[in-house]
Amino acid sequence: MQKNASFKGLTIPLLLLLPQLAITVVFFYWPASQAVWQSFLLQDAFGTSTEFVWFENYQLLFTDPGYLKAFWNTAIFSTFVCVLSLSIALLFAVMADRQIRGAEVYKTLLIWPYAVAPAIAGVLWIFMFDPSLGMLARGLGRLGIAWNPRLNGNDAMTLVILAATWKQISYNFLFFLAGLQSIPKSVIEAAVIDGARPWRRFWTIVFPLLSPTTFFLLVVNIVYVFFDTFGIIDTVTGGGPSGHTETLVYKVYSDGKGGSNLGGSAAQSVVLLIMVIGMTAIQFRFIERRVNY
Amino acid sequence: MVEDRRLGDAIAYVILSIGVLIVAFPVWLTFVASTWDNPTIINGQLPLWPGPHFFDNYYRILFVGTSGTTREPVAGMMLNSFIMAMAIAVGKIFISVLSAYAIVYYRFPFRMAAFWIIFLTLMLPVEVRIFPTFKVVSDLRMLDTYQGLAVPLIASATGTLLFRQFFMTIPDELLEASKIDGAGPFKFFKDTVIPLSMTTIAALFVIQFIYGWNQYLWPLLVTTRDSMQTIVIGIKKMIVTSDALTEWQLAMATAMLAMLPPVLVVIAMQRLFVKGLVETEK
Repeated sequence: MQKNASFKGLTIPLLLLLPQLAITVVFFYWPASQAVWQSFLLQDAFGTSTEFVWFENYQLLFTDPGYLKAFWNTAIFSTFVCVLSLSIALLFAVMADRQIRGAEVYKTLLIWPYAVAPAIAGVLWIFMFDPSLGMLARGLGRLGIAWNPRLNGNDAMTLVILAATWKQISYNFLFFLAGLQSIPKSVIEAAVIDGARPWRRFWTIVFPLLSPTTFFLLVVNIVYVFFDTFGIIDTVTGGGPSGHTETLVYKVYSDGKGGSNLGGSAAQSVVLLIMVIGMTAIQFRFIERRVNY
Repeated sequence: MVEDRRLGDAIAYVILSIGVLIVAFPVWLTFVASTWDNPTIINGQLPLWPGPHFFDNYYRILFVGTSGTTREPVAGMMLNSFIMAMAIAVGKIFISVLSAYAIVYYRFPFRMAAFWIIFLTLMLPVEVRIFPTFKVVSDLRMLDTYQGLAVPLIASATGTLLFRQFFMTIPDELLEASKIDGAGPFKFFKDTVIPLSMTTIAALFVIQFIYGWNQYLWPLLVTTRDSMQTIVIGIKKMIVTSDALTEWQLAMATAMLAMLPPVLVVIAMQRLFVKGLVETEK
């Protein structure tokens, strides 16, 4: 953490730290503390007076069916996106890890969607699956499958899951590939000599050795689904139809936007904050462990 | 290895090709749509190959704008996105190199306190403090400004942690040698630390440029004037729920233009990109 032959002094290091600390305090700590403070306040309907109400906003929140539904939506959304994007990415990474000709080209062709903005990914998918003009939506129609993400909540959820998964595969692929390439070849060769077939080798040797990567990716993916998918949801469904794709972050935005329910929106922010802190803590405990081994 | 690899390799080619198809198809379709006219798209008769309107569509969207929904031409939006992305990338590198240098190379009171103040912001994505942050920016009269778009997003722990980690790997002997040569902290920083950090700086730049370019929620709140909006925001306004008003060929051209810079950065600087991605997440 600290160099042995370090410099001494106080003014210079504080000046060096000043830009970052100033921005951090003004745009991180102050607003975050405001969110916590507001979550204990209740505004009357005209915004003229506020009252300190302890945990009433939280009570209201957890009895609000809309909020519980957003929880449920987020759980479904995260589960599907994590399982799909992790397993598809792992499959691609295992294939790209073989010493085949052109593996590098395939790698390049698979990683660039990382650079596509979530909101743009949403636009690409709504264009394919728009019920009236989307090419793939028409294909579904010809197959006799009813499809309308504007009206049907499950269709809408399916569409945001597909878009979010599509966007996340490249990220997971890259980390899985790096993980696979760090597994010593000698371990695999030993298994080959012992006569283990590829399928068995994968599940008994490669997959367990990848578990640190998988676990790390799981946490990162959950954080991705929680926060970064806002753009996807906003462009694809706008939270609709009737709240079927409203996630926790989306609800913070839509409830706070009008400014009428600041306390409730702030309480939602605080709930999210606690969840993020929990996830970060889990991740760091795990990283500590990995460093020690 | 001893076993026959041909079957396995064939399977690998098939699966990877399917993967590339899945990844590329939405973008191909978007490109195709950006080269046809709107009636073809609205009638659902879009073919799988490009049409004759490439130049018309891109010229119109870049310099004229759509006729109905958002009238701003996209060239201006791309400029806004570029300024925002550059400001975030350069700003973040600047403040985090300085703070990491202070934390690693100076011995002073409050050092650990400063480290923790920065470190804890890892846990505070902008989304969880979105409205209070918006209020701060509006109180500072920074709405509809480039500062308002960029500054709140440049402070985060990732850059500082990355540089801290890298500085720790610089051998102490270098510092001792330059002290013997009579170099002070600024000379050591300028002549030794920065040149050694160039790869790390470039890697962080690539990641932060993409991050900045792709921002959505924050510019959505902070920009109210059409002339300040970024391209990622602009496209949302072009797509109206009632299809009749959406000029899809132009919206799709905008989507292509919004993807182009960050995707080019990833492909052209793949090595730096991978390095930046893997190291900032550690």
